[in-house]
Amino acid sequence: MVVVLFGVSLFVFAIMMIIPPGRRAAIYVTQEKITPDQMNAMIKKYGLDDPAPVQYVRWLKQILSGNFGYSVTASAPVIEGFKTYFPITLELVLYATPLIILVGIWLGTIGAVHKDKPLDHATRVFAIIGYSLPTFWLGLILLMIFYGYLGIFPPGYLSNKGKDILFSPAFKRYTYILTVDAVLNWRWNIFWDALYHLALPTINLILLNSALILRLMRSSMLEALGQDYIRTALAKGADKRTIYNIHARRNAMIPVITISGILFAGLLGGMVITETIFARDGIGLWMARAALQMDVPAIMFNVLFLGTVFVVFNLIVDVVYAYIDPRIRLA
Amino acid sequence: MNDTVVTEREKKEKIAVHPRLQEFLFSTRRFLKNPLTIIGLVIIILFALIAVFAPLIAPPQGSDPYRIPHTGWKMAPSPPSDLHPLGTLEQQYDIFYGVVWGTRLAFRIGVVVVFANLLIGIILGALAGYYGGITDEIIMRITDMFYAIPFLVAAMALVVAIGRGLKAVIIVLIILGWPTYTRVIRGEILVLREKDYILAARAGGASSLRIIFKHILPNSIYSVLIIASMNIGTVVLTAAALSFLGLGSETGYADWGQMVAMSRNWIVGPADNRLAYWYVVIIPGFVIAMFVLGWNLLGDAARDVFDPKMRRR
Repeated sequence: MVVVLFGVSLFVFAIMMIIPPGRRAAIYVTQEKITPDQMNAMIKKYGLDDPAPVQYVRWLKQILSGNFGYSVTASAPVIEGFKTYFPITLELVLYATPLIILVGIWLGTIGAVHKDKPLDHATRVFAIIGYSLPTFWLGLILLMIFYGYLGIFPPGYLSNKGKDILFSPAFKRYTYILTVDAVLNWRWNIFWDALYHLALPTINLILLNSALILRLMRSSMLEALGQDYIRTALAKGADKRTIYNIHARRNAMIPVITISGILFAGLLGGMVITETIFARDGIGLWMARAALQMDVPAIMFNVLFLGTVFVVFNLIVDVVYAYIDPRIRLA
Repeated sequence: MNDTVVTEREKKEKIAVHPRLQEFLFSTRRFLKNPLTIIGLVIIILFALIAVFAPLIAPPQGSDPYRIPHTGWKMAPSPPSDLHPLGTLEQQYDIFYGVVWGTRLAFRIGVVVVFANLLIGIILGALAGYYGGITDEIIMRITDMFYAIPFLVAAMALVVAIGRGLKAVIIVLIILGWPTYTRVIRGEILVLREKDYILAARAGGASSLRIIFKHILPNSIYSVLIIASMNIGTVVLTAAALSFLGLGSETGYADWGQMVAMSRNWIVGPADNRLAYWYVVIIPGFVIAMFVLGWNLLGDAARDVFDPKMRRR
């Protein structure tokens, strides 16, 4: 894991090194106009034309001491920007992931149980469509129908009235996750307000991402249904529903868990598009803005962060996998 | 195990084309039996025709054919009319023209990127799988690194570093796309390397290069080609996403993602007709979806059919 993390840091550093020193120096520029001489002085001062390994060590030291630079788009140090934006992203991911997994497992089971029947084909079409639809397009259509036509589920993460309460001193921020804080503050109107804004992006993510789980669940369920112990149970005359739901599905879910970790981490990355469309002020939208305005510190920090999350998650999944599979656990 | 050895011997007797052709015809017949495949095939052929005959379908005006002509600067899009069969985007960019030339651009991006990815991926994968040891270790650790960062995020960062634009998007997709192929090819080779017929070839004095290109790659290439066909759709989708975010081509370019981006301001119509600008939102995205769907259907079916291990059950 440490090796991969080192690789991630190298990767991010390599990307940064592509940017010419002059433009990297822009990070340190404080006044608006700058002469070429001043620019060169700056490159010298911060060692931006030193050999790459020297710069890498210096950069790594900075990162490890928690200094990520200043983000123009957040108008704050990168770490402060992260603290502001991340909870909004995390909240959406926390709501969407379980729903995606549930929908995927449910539809995958339906597909496997009704193999080659119309219901199976229906789930298959759903999966292929989910794979093919551009995230940004589906989001726009959902907005057009629900927000534009029906006038419900507006973009953003909270209504203006809600924000007034949110930023008032009376509202205590415990976790910075809106729905949780709302409950802890006993502010149910904020809770519903936040959920109301979460609905569309969550639907968007479910439609697009459950296909992955669905396919895996279907094939893994089919394999489980072909096992001898299922035939035995059927022969004994056990209730079909019990067989499907308990005997087969439990075993079929093991591979799904492996992919769930990847899904969670992947969702964090896929947030860029979703948050841009639904105007949710999370790290995805922050990155999109940073990319347009050459806010290098913000982008590099987020790449580093998402890479780390991904690596750590895969490790967790491996451990969990070993724990829940008795064949590995007891071996 | 035994029959592979027989095939090798037959090959030396120069009738090797025969069973392979037979195999191909068998696969093709199976391939065309699936209705979903036919749909995919029709979609892709249709797109290919549009791309090839783009200059006839929508005659270019001006020096750069990929620049969508626009009549006037009026902000609000115009609905479909005789002049604009599919309506216009904001600033009166013709949607029909954009869709037609966007098809050509999509093929260009998809084919160039996937071809380059294949080339890099196969070479590195073959090296890693065949030689093993330190070569393998280095190449595979590099792919791990690529896998550890969400694709779109890495692509965004790289585009920003290189400098925005369509060319940057293509370069970035080439840089980031190869590890999938490397991994698959390496895996296949690790299995094949131990087979008896490879041992036989080596005992016969064949060089490493000859073994890789004559004996290993032809047997492991199918799975990679299937992934490649599905990836043409994915690559176009990612390019569109980058353009949507404003990192790809500039405004008014016949690029589907760019066209979707231009529709963002027109989700909600005027008070008397909320869905007035539906064509702006629906059409460009629908075209991307169909393009990707076509490739996915093809790849999906190809995986079931062309993989000898999966069929004939």
